[in-house]
Amino acid sequence: MSGIEYRDRLRRQMLPHILCPGCGHGIVLKALLRAARSLELDWDRTVFVAGIGCSSRLVGYIDGCTLHTTHGRALTFATGMKLARPELTVIVITGDGDGLAIGGNHLIHAARRDVDLTCLLLNNETYGMTGGQAAPTAEPGAISTTTPRGARERSFDACALAVAAGASFVARGATSLPLELDALIARGIAHRGFSFLEIASDCPEYFGRYNELGRGPEMLQLQRRRLDGVDRTLAAKRSLRPRPAEGPPPLRTGVLHERPA
Amino acid sequence: MTELLQGNRACVQAAIASGCRFFAGYPITPSSEIAESMARLLPEAGGVFMQMEDEMASLGAVLGASLAGSPAMTATSGPGFSLMQEHIGYAALAEIPCVVVDVMRGGPSTGLPTRPSQGDVMQARWGTHGDHPVVALAPASVSEIYELTSLAFALSERLRLPALVLYDEVVGHLREPVDPGSLRLSRAERRRPTVEPAAYRPYAPDADLVPPLADFGTGYRFHVTGLTHDEAGRPTEEPAVVGALHRRLQEKVARARDDVVSFAGIGLEDAEVVVVAYGIAARAAERAVTDARSRGERLGLFRPRTLWPFPDVELRAVAERAHTIVVAEMNLGQMLLEVERVVAGRARVEACLRADGTPLTPEDVAHAVASAAGALA
Repeated sequence: MSGIEYRDRLRRQMLPHILCPGCGHGIVLKALLRAARSLELDWDRTVFVAGIGCSSRLVGYIDGCTLHTTHGRALTFATGMKLARPELTVIVITGDGDGLAIGGNHLIHAARRDVDLTCLLLNNETYGMTGGQAAPTAEPGAISTTTPRGARERSFDACALAVAAGASFVARGATSLPLELDALIARGIAHRGFSFLEIASDCPEYFGRYNELGRGPEMLQLQRRRLDGVDRTLAAKRSLRPRPAEGPPPLRTGVLHERPA
Repeated sequence: MTELLQGNRACVQAAIASGCRFFAGYPITPSSEIAESMARLLPEAGGVFMQMEDEMASLGAVLGASLAGSPAMTATSGPGFSLMQEHIGYAALAEIPCVVVDVMRGGPSTGLPTRPSQGDVMQARWGTHGDHPVVALAPASVSEIYELTSLAFALSERLRLPALVLYDEVVGHLREPVDPGSLRLSRAERRRPTVEPAAYRPYAPDADLVPPLADFGTGYRFHVTGLTHDEAGRPTEEPAVVGALHRRLQEKVARARDDVVSFAGIGLEDAEVVVVAYGIAARAAERAVTDARSRGERLGLFRPRTLWPFPDVELRAVAERAHTIVVAEMNLGQMLLEVERVVAGRARVEACLRADGTPLTPEDVAHAVASAAGALA
């Protein structure tokens, strides 16, 4: 995709943004803007809804109809808005804590209802806004301010959850594959029904630092190797205690599930 | 045409007649008839009914629908009202019109699901965190549920805030002969921007301190957030802007006060003892007062129809003339605190309280009045 002028779609008076150096969320925002452009979305009929957290701050930078709601509840606002005005394209941006912990039940029911919404869940395995606590997607062993000895609980597979709950489009993208991300987001928005996209993102400032995974570029390389299914670097890191037997599972990207709504 | 109408059903009919086109709710006793009637009647009126997964989701959906331009409401009871508090605060700060009906049952917690109470009076005022404006109406009859539900829509749209309707389980389940056609409907009108989209500032107020609200999806691009924000909707921590916003939110209700605040009275012109009561407790008090007056006793009733803002000036005037105020309510003394604050020594304030899951009776009130008189003698 060439020639997109991002600034035309951003609220310049809201800049500078709050994202940390190396944060993957900006990659997602740009991919979303490219996807919207490729679909030639009517910007006056497109609404961006978010909850609370780093990911949710993205909507404030988009020069459109944007709604920054309460922690975990973005999908509920989006559901009401879509039903009240069905001609709107409603895109929800959430995070792992926002969408899977405090808002997990709303995600399940939004998937079950299969209302025509697109939900991007940016998964960086941590609560970045509050300083790096463990998210429900943190792999066992991950160090965070609330798991100083390593996370002990299993992590959520958000895509499997969305499929089980009834979402008619489920995909996984990654910030290390930005062009594939464009295409996945565009397919998700174009799909009629509830589209769920989990997007692997990175938090170098907290998750990366606490787990000795390097800064943004190193984390992207790690993510990429994990996508290819060959990475064992993460698992081999001394900081991940107790060391998982197999390391984190490979991340499969692409459309994982699709059916007519 | 006069019909035998249940309180909760009257609430639904008034809402739809007042323009409500979106309802989202979650089943909870003793408010469920509202959702059930909405499920039947709202689609016929061209509206949308949604059963959501919980009460936070219900009010969230209502706020989303309202921003899309639909007058919207939800209804619940104690535990659900507790869950809704965060979104009531969101609606107050983001200034999104909505109506929340709370059919009060015994609390705290699961409490007495099928029994009446008036225990949510202070929660309605202070339930969500932070300073925020509140409008809470308290009907005492089926016809008043009809009129005050309609008024709640008008006030929520005019003032861009969550308007609360609080009534107890007895009033909600009461069936009374009512002719809806003869009752007062209030016009719910949302002021929309007259400026071009490029010039629209979603939190720049008009002279009445209420900013016009554009519908999402109509060409106006703006940001709505629960963060403290400036007039353009941008998050800010600038103390002067933050302070001005909070003062404006309070002041917009204060300026509209005289259109909001109302009360009903019996015998206030000569009453030496005045009972202050609302909801079903006021029905019991009314009986006690009319019985006493038929015996020549100078007893009066002051019945707030608005709990918040409280009719303070009006009650203070009553307290200048009466020597005793008896507060009759079905909790352990919530409005009592407000009455004591307002009366501030102008008259003695006595309490007639019941918090056992049963309604106050005329005998309770008469007994409290007699005790107050005896204590005075």
